Amino acid sequence: MSERASVPKEEETEPETEQEPVTTGAQSVIRALENAGTDYVFGVQGGAIMPVYDALYDSDINHVTMAHEQGASHAADAYGVVTGDPGVCFATSGPGATNLVTGIADANMDSDPVIALTGQVPTEFVGNDAFQETDTVGITQPITKESYFAADSDTVGDNVSEAFALADAGRQGPTLVDLPKDVTQGDTEVEPGSPETPETYDVPEEADDENVQEAADALAEAERPVILSGGGVIKADASSALREFAKEYEIPVITTMPGIGSFPEDHELSLEWAGMHGTGYANMAISNTDCMLAIGTRFDDRLTGGVDSFAPDAEVIHVDIDPAEISKNVYADYPLIGDAREVLRQLFDAMPRSPDADEWRDQCQTWKDEYPMDYDTPDDEPLKPQYVVEKFSEMTPDDTIVCTGVGQHQMWASQFWEYTEPRTWVSSHGLGTMGYGVPAAIGAKLAAPDQEVVCFDGDGSFLMTVQGLSVAVREQLDITYVVLNNEAVGMVRQWQDGFYEGRRMASEYPWIPQFDKLAEAFGARGFTLESYDNVEETIQEAREYDGPSVIDAHIDPGENVFPMVPSGGDNGQFALNEDHLDMI
Amino acid sequence: MPGPAPDERMRPKGRRNTQGIRVDPEAEVTHEPRQAVLSALVKHRPGVLSEVSALFSRRQFNIESLTVGPTVDDDTARMTILIEEPEPGIDQAKKQLRKLVPVVSVRELEGEAVRRELALVKVSGEKPDDVNAVADMYNGQAVDASTDSVTVEITGSKQKIDAAIEAFKQFDVQEIVRTGAAALERGPKTLEKDV
Ligand SMILES: Cc1ncc(C[n+]2csc(CCOP(=O)(O)OP(=O)(O)O)c2C)c(N)n1
Repeated sequence: MSERASVPKEEETEPETEQEPVTTGAQSVIRALENAGTDYVFGVQGGAIMPVYDALYDSDINHVTMAHEQGASHAADAYGVVTGDPGVCFATSGPGATNLVTGIADANMDSDPVIALTGQVPTEFVGNDAFQETDTVGITQPITKESYFAADSDTVGDNVSEAFALADAGRQGPTLVDLPKDVTQGDTEVEPGSPETPETYDVPEEADDENVQEAADALAEAERPVILSGGGVIKADASSALREFAKEYEIPVITTMPGIGSFPEDHELSLEWAGMHGTGYANMAISNTDCMLAIGTRFDDRLTGGVDSFAPDAEVIHVDIDPAEISKNVYADYPLIGDAREVLRQLFDAMPRSPDADEWRDQCQTWKDEYPMDYDTPDDEPLKPQYVVEKFSEMTPDDTIVCTGVGQHQMWASQFWEYTEPRTWVSSHGLGTMGYGVPAAIGAKLAAPDQEVVCFDGDGSFLMTVQGLSVAVREQLDITYVVLNNEAVGMVRQWQDGFYEGRRMASEYPWIPQFDKLAEAFGARGFTLESYDNVEETIQEAREYDGPSVIDAHIDPGENVFPMVPSGGDNGQFALNEDHLDMI
Repeated sequence: MPGPAPDERMRPKGRRNTQGIRVDPEAEVTHEPRQAVLSALVKHRPGVLSEVSALFSRRQFNIESLTVGPTVDDDTARMTILIEEPEPGIDQAKKQLRKLVPVVSVRELEGEAVRRELALVKVSGEKPDDVNAVADMYNGQAVDASTDSVTVEITGSKQKIDAAIEAFKQFDVQEIVRTGAAALERGPKTLEKDV
């Protein structure tokens, strides 16, 4: 994995000795990462970051050279999602730093822990429009928990330690440290302190007991209770607490899309996920509940539809570690500020009894029967994407990690794969970043080398970061990429057909390359799928190939994603087909 | 998928307003904006003002005024921010401010807080005595005078300054600068220690 493989390391066999004292700012940066337990860094070299790379030469931290900095930030993001610990990415100043921006913004929207370290021109040139200068702190301040400008070689290590701690503390998210070249080159003997969050950053742990009791009483009184489990449940490692709670009090569980995996989708209490393309039954339950225990969700508009029609009968108990999320989009009748796992324990103990909800659970079951997730598979039709996802899901172990790009394929991958474990669904939710999939799968595989990793991508999304295949090949990563190829940016095409009278402006891509050949050109294995005949066989072969493989699956280009709640719509009014769209 | 079509499905009776608050399904409900004075202690270092102002601009809060200056502690600065927003927005502003790493504390000052603003008004110097007379009416004073102009300083509430400026218009106002409000809670309460 290490890129110093060609350079023999003299002390390879010697036992670990005391760490050498730091002598430069750059060494202090690397020491701070080592102290924080960093295993991997994803990045691209460049002038202003060279001193940091030079210091990395002597470190045991593995560096993965990416083909584009956007990939570095996505790989770090996915690494953070899968391990729960911050993923780290490096870029040089100027274009290197700006290429990271998309991934940082993505991490920010999804509360993923990422640390970005960017080179910067020497302090004396800052502000002078020097070669490869940009105001990285200024650009990234609104999309990070904090962006630091490292001003001094003696404190740069502490900046990095603090950034590390901050990315991981409370509501996770990205942080950035901008590193002027003179600061990293400069002499210092100051060792970085251990990672600590800044004194002004408080993280609440437990919610107020009295509030918990009131919320528990309200939930126990409910006739139509649901739990809405968001990405925060996974981030707080609260999935098992959630499972215990839901099973003990027999409350149906709906997840948000980022919350996929927080509750097993094969459990009878699961209604899977709600929102724009969520299941009909989850959206019916969301609409009709009278008491919602919402945990670790920010009530994104793709989940709520129009807030005026969102769970309009429900008293809302909102558990979140970030006080600013409470009543931001949906008013919380019972705000519980704290760590999801702690608060779930508190609630577990405070519940006076189970809600009396037999009838409601029967109703939810009726909705499951009425609106099953299915699709048409007449023999003469071209291959349906849902079938490919479903088959793959059946063939793989429960802990298989699924990554995606953004578009229709992302929805099919979330609808037709059965998720049962947390940290197995890695996708770009809040920002909806096409191109997330290829590098995310790289980060995910390195984070969990013993788990199978599959990436469902769209042809449009795949093309945006396809150069990442070179990294997967070089690192010999056993990833299966499945391009659900509809020769279009399908999600846009679907909206044009539904809402713009079929005027398909710039959404059809009949000129895309042959992805199997493209894969082979990169040194990966390439496969093509065109019909139902060899789906399982091809998937099996790709899985068995020990390295990255790409299945170019030519799917029905007319296939659309349903159910669908149109933007700003009412969740209970989801459309099951095109005709319904005209009715709502 | 065989289930009932959209208009045949079970429907809840309730309703929320656009701020996500449950409301009477029959009545109209909008929250009227009100003015709030937020006072924040922040770390005194480069970039803090831009971080705070970027927060407000991104969320499209309407800032009436924002003032910032040092405190007795060299490491801390104090900001006074006047915003006009409906209730949920004011609460959001406070919480979002608290989230910023360099922000030490935030409080909304109560209605009767001491609030002062300063204005410098430069008017034509043709009738210095009349200018002085008007300045007196508003407890202002001339701080600079030349043959062509007089500059008057006025401090006080926003209303008082608005009124003074209105009155000075008779002398051909050449230039105005206003600071926006600085405010402190009445009584012994401070931002560092609750009393
Ligand atoms: C970087 C970026 N650019 C544009 C979009 C807008 N967009 C959303 S979905 C979509 C279509 C994605 O097409 P593809 O990756 O081929 O997936 P499909 O929908 O066909 O499955 C587009 C263009 C986006 N989300 N991200």
